[in-house]
Amino acid sequence: MLGAELLLKSLEEQGVELVFGIPGGSVIPLYDVLKKSSIKHILTKHEQGAAHAADGYARVTGKPGVCFATSGPGGTNLITGLATAQMDSSPVIAITGQVASSFIGKDSFQEADMLGLSHPVTKYSYLVRDANDIPGIVEEAFFIATQGRPGPVLIDIPKDVFTQKVTEVRNPGVRKHLLEKLKKPELDFTQVEKAVEALKKAKKPLIIVGGGVNNSEGSNRLLQDFAMKNEIPVSQTLMGKGVFPADHPLFLGMVGMHGTIEANWAMQNCDCLLAVGMRFDDRVTGRVEQFASKAKVIHVDIDAAEHNKNRASDIPIVGDSKDFLEVLCEKLWASRNNKEWLRSILIQNPVEKVNFGRGLDPEGVMNLINSLLDDDTVVVTDVGQHQMWAALFVHPKKPRSFITSGGLGTMGFGLPAAIGVQMAYPDKKVVLITGDGSLQMNLQELAVIKQWNLPIKIFLINNGSLGMVRQWQELFFQENYAETILEVGPDWEKLAGAYNIKAKTLYENRELKETLHSSMANREPWLVDIKVDPGANVFPMVPAGCSLDQMYRSWKNEAHVSSIG
Amino acid sequence: MKHTLAVLVENHPGVLSRVSGLFARRGYNITSLVVSETEDSSISRMTIVVDGDERIIEQVTKQLNKLIDVIKVNDVTNEDTVNRQLLLVRVNADNSAKGEIAQLMDIFRARIVDIGRKSLIVEATGDEEKIQAIIRSLQPFGIQEIVKAGIISMVRGPK
Ligand SMILES: Cc1ncc(C[n+]2csc(CCOP(=O)(O)OP(=O)(O)O)c2C)c(N)n1
Ligand SMILES: [Mg+2]
Repeated sequence: MLGAELLLKSLEEQGVELVFGIPGGSVIPLYDVLKKSSIKHILTKHEQGAAHAADGYARVTGKPGVCFATSGPGGTNLITGLATAQMDSSPVIAITGQVASSFIGKDSFQEADMLGLSHPVTKYSYLVRDANDIPGIVEEAFFIATQGRPGPVLIDIPKDVFTQKVTEVRNPGVRKHLLEKLKKPELDFTQVEKAVEALKKAKKPLIIVGGGVNNSEGSNRLLQDFAMKNEIPVSQTLMGKGVFPADHPLFLGMVGMHGTIEANWAMQNCDCLLAVGMRFDDRVTGRVEQFASKAKVIHVDIDAAEHNKNRASDIPIVGDSKDFLEVLCEKLWASRNNKEWLRSILIQNPVEKVNFGRGLDPEGVMNLINSLLDDDTVVVTDVGQHQMWAALFVHPKKPRSFITSGGLGTMGFGLPAAIGVQMAYPDKKVVLITGDGSLQMNLQELAVIKQWNLPIKIFLINNGSLGMVRQWQELFFQENYAETILEVGPDWEKLAGAYNIKAKTLYENRELKETLHSSMANREPWLVDIKVDPGANVFPMVPAGCSLDQMYRSWKNEAHVSSIG
Repeated sequence: MKHTLAVLVENHPGVLSRVSGLFARRGYNITSLVVSETEDSSISRMTIVVDGDERIIEQVTKQLNKLIDVIKVNDVTNEDTVNRQLLLVRVNADNSAKGEIAQLMDIFRARIVDIGRKSLIVEATGDEEKIQAIIRSLQPFGIQEIVKAGIISMVRGPK
């Protein structure tokens, strides 16, 4: 058996059915034996696409997503994808070819130091020196990627290791200290007890959930039980979408820079904050010194390093959110009366709408998309205004069903990630909400959609600009729209047509409803180019570096603008 | 405040770069870092002296603990430890000064390890304070060159 065959066998043993990748010189020996394995390979058109597709697969399933790339530029093209996965704790496994061992360190053709390049953007990375080590390394890599706080792992394999004859397989198993380091932490019950006491005493309790709750199977139910029985309002981060029903009266929506008025107001006024599986990112906290400053903070996270990193917590608890919520539910004291507190949150003003009437209203489009979701629809987004509108108005009904690049904010994530999602679940409906800037960043993957006939619905929120940056320029840079207007957009119908993908450009509401409905109803890929108001902005908005109290509720509205500090 | 961390790590290539990369990326301040093999050749020990307030030290410790190749992090700052640093100094010394320097170094139990026509090399080991004191005492003669090794430390055995 060759190293390459042993690698595929080891991947099969880890349950891998699908990989995304592109071949090249140093991985030809691997691709040469691919057909002998049960693993299906999806040929993306760019390695970044392969990495995001593997990431989309991983996020929606919770299982590792795998991508292959060749040495040098193949490997470096994965880096953005790995950084994206790292920031959002997604278990991606990247396997890169490397130049043959004897060529390493000599600036050989297509040599790149993948180990060095990957350090800051992965949870771990390996250079394989001997084919006999492959099964051990693969086993450990999957262990590391999935245990504790998940994250990407890279395995770099020199060409001669792929062709090396396996003689005596060495698999010492996962290193002992890792079993300890990555095992599920045991809850510290004195801390939990303190949390219960704090919640009991609280007059204005608030919950905020993050991606950790999405990651921890079954914790959404417990959260719902707990919040509903105790009548505690629930807010979320971008990564926490899908764990709490958006139509429930206790649901406040997203907190942060583009948080809802209710959620941000509640955050600044609560006296006890239960933060579960979130990490106080600056896009969530605004000026962190003034974030939830009246609250006693209970912070539950599986990663101890998140405690006191950005926001000091009064009661840090290291643990899995499910374990914690389980105990919390046992200690439920049920039906407390938070009516007064809830009422005070809900009377906060709704957003004032400003419609310039120069195209479709993006919020209306989002509400329409939201109405088309069934219980299992997965929504994938790109990065920009459309992402924030989606976060505010489009609410998938289950965990792991809002797939977005939160931490790194990677434009170009959406299309390949949607491919990964649809490959993982061929029967689920997959909706991609993207922008005209973002879609052009990994456009080449349309070919994959066509090749595999993936019935992804691409809803392109077309504002003719790099809208989110344009919005900042309008608000904070005296309307100096430097390089944000996309003067030449493609004719999207023609462009999709070039791939034989059905497409339609829409300018008005009547058509919109019909087209979105009919595109959702069939099993084919669709690109719907939705021309929205190019001047529309995302509100509410807390300017960077301001506290969550300092919120723009609308623009062109002197009263509100002047209230900003 | 300065903290001394005793960090056990896997002994293989790349570990040092992961640790130093962590410090560089997160902007922590390393005062001194020493790596060496331990009695078990598969494990290395890093002695890291890092400057920062409690919150930074908490983060440093936790982030180090997250590294896959790190086996154990021990903050020995408040433990009873033996701390040592190695010092080499080349100091100006004409014939009249040589005797004076030799006497002075005797007090510190430092040694003269090289005699040049107009200079001496002094070797000393000790904790940071002693090393500083030696350097100060040599300054009036005119120091040409200083080389110091990083600080190593070991927790004292139970009495
Ligand atoms: C790879 C990358 N480059 C640049 C940015 C900065 N950026 C953030 S949002 C944005 C505009 C996105 O434009 P589009 O996809 O059309 O979305 P819109 O905001 O218009 O809805 C840009 C350039 C980014 N997030 N990612
Ligand atoms: Mg746009």
